[in-house]
Order: sequence, then structure tokens, then C-alpha cells
Amino acid sequence: MTLAVQGLRVELDGLPLVRDFSLQLTAGRVHAVVGESGSGKTIAALSVLGLEPHGAVVTNRPAAARAGLSMVLQEPLSALNPVLSVGAQLTETLLVHGHPASRAVELLAEVGISDGAERLRFFPHQLSGGQRQRVAIACALAASPKVLIADEPTTALDASMRNVILQLLRTLARERGLAVWLITHDLHAVRGASDEVTVMYAGLVVEQGATAHVLSAPRHPYTAALLASNPAANAPGRALPTIDGAVPLARELVGGCRFHPRCSRREARCTTEAPRLVDGVACHFPAGPPR
Amino acid sequence: MSVLLEARDVVVRYGNREAVKGVSLQLHRGERLGLIGESGSGKSSLARALLGLEPLAAGSVRFDGQPMHGAPPTLRRRFQPVFQDVGAALDPRMSIRSSLEEPFVIHRQPVAGLDALLAQVQLPPELLARFPSELSVGQRQRVNLARALALNPEALLLDEPVSALDVSVQAHVLNLLNALAASRALSFFVITHDLHVIAHLCTRVLVMFEGRLVEEGPVTQVLSAPRHAYTQQLIASR
Repeated sequence: MTLAVQGLRVELDGLPLVRDFSLQLTAGRVHAVVGESGSGKTIAALSVLGLEPHGAVVTNRPAAARAGLSMVLQEPLSALNPVLSVGAQLTETLLVHGHPASRAVELLAEVGISDGAERLRFFPHQLSGGQRQRVAIACALAASPKVLIADEPTTALDASMRNVILQLLRTLARERGLAVWLITHDLHAVRGASDEVTVMYAGLVVEQGATAHVLSAPRHPYTAALLASNPAANAPGRALPTIDGAVPLARELVGGCRFHPRCSRREARCTTEAPRLVDGVACHFPAGPPR
Repeated sequence: MSVLLEARDVVVRYGNREAVKGVSLQLHRGERLGLIGESGSGKSSLARALLGLEPLAAGSVRFDGQPMHGAPPTLRRRFQPVFQDVGAALDPRMSIRSSLEEPFVIHRQPVAGLDALLAQVQLPPELLARFPSELSVGQRQRVNLARALALNPEALLLDEPVSALDVSVQAHVLNLLNALAASRALSFFVITHDLHVIAHLCTRVLVMFEGRLVEEGPVTQVLSAPRHAYTQQLIASR
């Protein structure tokens, strides 16, 4: 195992942004963390990196986790320095981490930029969105990380580039023995792009397991509802299934299971007792047998 | 079906660069037409041209037979835009009531039926006293829609109407748009990069690539049997 996070909690001004987050990353595999806005998926990753917001209190941060971790952000245009050439940004990271600057062209080749020697002279604005994200990934790889955290790496990209970048991350994981922590809001996008998946809701992990299992037979009612409401999963011409209500804010007190006010399967116990994560699902009445 | 909006050989130019290179299209009454294409293909420039907000280097845009450029407010209010950036579209200092009253004030109409307007987008009247920061993103997008519907438009231009929303909220808004289109006989011009949104909202679709329309047809046909290489690539990647 490359990185284990156990019982991470992040509070800001007394409000729990992440209540209880655990995840295990393995070399060569992509682990997707999926959640809607406010689920705590990004803040959990930032806190592991030591980049939590000023004043936040982090409990159970893995010791010395920062070494060997690199991050790729959503918007490559703001992650790259606009006044530095691709070559300057890559060699800076390489030299800081004690690698020869000559590796820059190899790194670009690894992220699928074949004419690297020429591209080194380019500035970010001269590249397409997909190429910028490839350069941002190359910069992250320049530090030779064991773990690569990618936060919504395809949101700012065109639909036609989305799968290409996700596949690139998966290939890099396999070929470099890299553990990839992929953060996304789109449960459908992780289908072909990850080996394991963690589903978060309101600061908590509600379901965790092999992507193929979780997506084909979700056990938590939230995972099932999220999959069902996606336009991609529904034939046109009929109303889409929806989840009533909204995700509770960090300051909202919800007794028992935090999903119970929106749950179609809730019973009396759900309103009083918070379920624990057992066999990869945090629900008193999960669907189907344990995997 | 009669033609509501018609663009003929529209060219939009920024300096030496042509963003829209001669586009012609028709939106019929009650029709739900989609436009797909990647960033930089000219979608947004075309949208602004259709609304009469972007000067034309050549061509014309007519709504119900009248030119959109330099059109009087009485014409403009029949074709309303709803933009993608939910946060920026509402003034943070204005209550929801003031935001909804604004279109009436601008167009010198008596303010009426704000409760009913919110009900149409499935929001409770209590929200009138609130401010945008007190609403969820999904609620704010519905207020945007309510604002666009205030003056009973015949057509809406929806620019990425759900892409800033969470998946579970997207489903609510897509259902709402379909219900509104049916109950008010609205025409939609939907711009998005999300083919699933097109599949759920539209009947006909246009594909834009490098400033030109490269494919056009019924949604079912274009999504299942795309002819242009770019459309094929787009569909293969979803």
C-alpha cells in the first residue's frame, strides 16, 4: 500500500468539513473519490497534502504524507505560469527535486506529447486545453511522486478530451507504478477510469469498493440514486429520477444517518443512529449481500 | 411549424479572426434545438449574435421576421438568455424579490405574479425575502430561469444550463425545463458540450466546428449515426 488515510477529520471554525474519511491507495491503481459539492472530497485531499485552509484543524493526517505526493488541479491555465515557457516550468520542478533538466522531453513523451523538444519553447497560451493539462501532469510527474492527486482534471476540458486524459492517468498509474487519487463529481466518468471508488456524502464516506462492483450493484441508497439520476443512465423522453432535498451544509445538524432525510429506504433507526462503514458501505439497510 | 428565429450567413469577426464563418439556421416555434461543439468552435459568439448582442460582420438575425440587431425591448424580451454561471447571474446585494422585479422595471411593466413565477420553477414564495448567498446552486439556477420567464418569452437561449450543477441537481433542472417547454410551448436554443443534455432536452441538433456548422439533424439520428468526423469523435468520447 502506498498511502493509507484513516479517520481523517477537518474542522474549520468549529464546523466539520470532513467528518470521517478513510482511503487506501495502491501503486499502479486509480482510486476515484466521488461526491457532490460540499461532500468534502477536495478538502480531504488538500488536508492530506497539508494545504488545508488557514485555521483548519486536521485530525488523523497521515504522518509524513506530503513527501511523494503531487497534485494536478482542475484548471491547467491557472496552474501553469503564463509567463514561463513549458520547458522553464518543467526544468524548474526537475531541478528542485534533484533530477537532470534533460528529462523534460522524456516527461512530455510520457504524457503523450511527442514533439516535446519543440513544445518546450511554447507558452501555456499557445497550447490547447488538453495539451495544457498534459503539461500540468508532466510537471506533477517531474517530482517523481508515488501518489498523484488529480482534482477534477477534466472539468475545464472539452468533452472530446475527457476520456483521453482519464486514460492517460490510468496508463501512468500502471506503467510508473503510481497511485492515482482521482477526485470527481461524476460517478459515470469513473467507470472506465478507476479501479476503486469512494463515494462521499456530507463529509463522510458512504460507500467504498471496486469500481466495477459499486457501479453495477451499488449498496448505499445515495450511490444508487446518484447513478439513477444521471442523464447518461436514462433514455430520453422520460422524466429523470431525482433525489429530493439538498445536501446538508456543514453547519446543519442531522441526527442519525446524514442522508436519512433524503432516503427512500429510511426507517426509525436511521433517524437516531449514525451507521458505520462496514464491508464498504455506511448504511443500516444496504442493498444486496456484502461483496 | 413556423420559423421563430432565423440566422442567415452570420459572420462574427474579432479583429482579423473570424469566430463565426457564415452560419445559417432556423429555430421553429415550439422547437427545442441544440448546438454542440468544443470550446473555441464559435458557439458562444453565435449565441451572442443570435441575441443581437454581438455586432455582425455579415449576415442577418431575425426574430419573428424582425432584425434582432438594434431591436426594441419589446422584441428582445420575447427571446431571453439563461447563462451558465449561476453565481454571477444574480446580483449578490439584491434580494430574490428585487432580482425578479428587475425585468418588469426594465421593460416598464407592472410587477405581478412573483409567487406564481417561483411556483413555476418549483420554489416556495418564502425565498423572495432571501439573498442569493442563502440559496443552493440549484435554487439559484431556478431563480435565473424564473427571471428569464418573467416577461413571458417565446424562446429561451440556454447556455450550458446544467453544467455548473451537481449531478443530482442537474436531473431536477432538466425535468423542470422539459415540463416548462411542454406547458408553455416554449422554444429552446440549447448550447452545451454535454451530449446527454442534448439527448434529454432537444429534438434537433446542430454541430459546430471551427466556426461552421458541420452537421445537422434529429438528435436520435446525429447521436446514433453521426456523419461528420468531428461528431463521431465527440460521440465516441462520451
